[in-house]
Amino acid sequence: MAPAKADKQHRSPNSPALGLRFLLLAALSILLLIIDNRNNHLDAARKAIGATVYPLRVVVDAPVTLWRWLGDTTSSRNELELENSRLNAERLLTQARLQRYAALEAENARLRTMLEATTRVRDQVRVAEIMSVSSNPFRHVIVVDKGTRDGVFDGQALIDADGVVGQIIEAGVLSSQGILISDPDHALPVEINRNGLRTIAVGTGEFDRLDLPFLPNNADIREGDLLVTSGLGGAFPAGYPVAIVDSIVRIPQEPFAAVAAQPSAALNQVREIMLIWSAPEEEAVEVEISEADLPVEDSPEDESPDAEDPAAVANEAPGDE
Amino acid sequence: MSKDRYTRPQPVIISLILALMLAIAPMPDWAEPFRPDWVAMTLIYWATNLPRTYSVGWAWIIGIVLDVAQGTLLGQHALALSLVIYVTVKFHLQMRQFPTLQLSATVFALLALYQFILFWINGVAGVNTPTVSYWGPVLTGSLIWPLLTMMFGGVRYRARS
Repeated sequence: MAPAKADKQHRSPNSPALGLRFLLLAALSILLLIIDNRNNHLDAARKAIGATVYPLRVVVDAPVTLWRWLGDTTSSRNELELENSRLNAERLLTQARLQRYAALEAENARLRTMLEATTRVRDQVRVAEIMSVSSNPFRHVIVVDKGTRDGVFDGQALIDADGVVGQIIEAGVLSSQGILISDPDHALPVEINRNGLRTIAVGTGEFDRLDLPFLPNNADIREGDLLVTSGLGGAFPAGYPVAIVDSIVRIPQEPFAAVAAQPSAALNQVREIMLIWSAPEEEAVEVEISEADLPVEDSPEDESPDAEDPAAVANEAPGDE
Repeated sequence: MSKDRYTRPQPVIISLILALMLAIAPMPDWAEPFRPDWVAMTLIYWATNLPRTYSVGWAWIIGIVLDVAQGTLLGQHALALSLVIYVTVKFHLQMRQFPTLQLSATVFALLALYQFILFWINGVAGVNTPTVSYWGPVLTGSLIWPLLTMMFGGVRYRARS
């Protein structure tokens, strides 16, 4: 007992070594901060450490998964029947729409051939589940349960059933981080569906609002206008709904109108989101993967075999010229 | 390194893993700004009681893991945690003598320092601008502190050095 105590007094934790160690670690942290803020050389390290955090995420997520599983297994027969009939009705409706969609798509392809433009590729989607959301209220960052192993890549677009949700900022091996369009650091090139007016939708930090800060006072925009992705930023495929304009304040002295829009996607309510693969040539492998076990692929070509023909024509058209 | 009398590492490691889990567990939107800094508080507790073993080095490593888990800049939590733990180890003898209320006030100051460093780095890196609710964790943290020390009571150790 006595020697141990003497030993402890010899080596106080307040020794100069502590200050030195702290200074070294602080310098190291600042170095890491500067490197991480400037470029992404540290991504590999991040991914390695991220893999060790993955089991923690799974455990943290377990109660929610269990709760949902319980809810699914114990829902009453009555509820299931109701849901079943509702889904059937919905399916009929969707199928009816899909028939028209197939015809429209064929027509679109034909028109594009006439314009000598390339046919738009049908996007591949795959469902992913949100594992956790950022604990920082000012960063709208989510973690999804798909990673590079499933073909996820940095910058990949995320959508839900109603519209654009966000994009992947960091693809890990088993899970990836995505940023929501409502994050204050996120901006997204959009166009107004009605007249094709292009602008940028910026996140505000609120889940139910996006700002359109760069529209002049005389811009042709109305409340209720649908904003869709313009595809010009390169990250998002064109034509997905983003938000609906819900307030326009024109202040005569100001150069720009204050326009706010409500995101179409339920950003803080979704649990399942869809990853989109749209770039065809360099992502060939990933498209194959997603086709292999694709749960929600839309395949209207069964109904309209001539949907393929214009595509073939489109491929040949540039060669003819 | 391990000059502390009571140095079984299991309770410390388990409590740190639990704190990390609480730090990334999903919470309802309204409660999000008031999530206590579990990891910082756990580290402060162990650094007060076992300052020779659980010092700035541990704080830094846990901080890096927290950075990755929360997707913040690499080094942000590491720097904040090692500074807080450095101060804690400096004053651990005084903190052991403090009555509960005074200790809670000290923890309040330490957590405020922690949040301030995070906020500062965010500002320098241009990440975003905060509101008052940025400081919610400091308040809830120091309120929960007495409860936390009681929970750790099972593995409590009283040092007389």
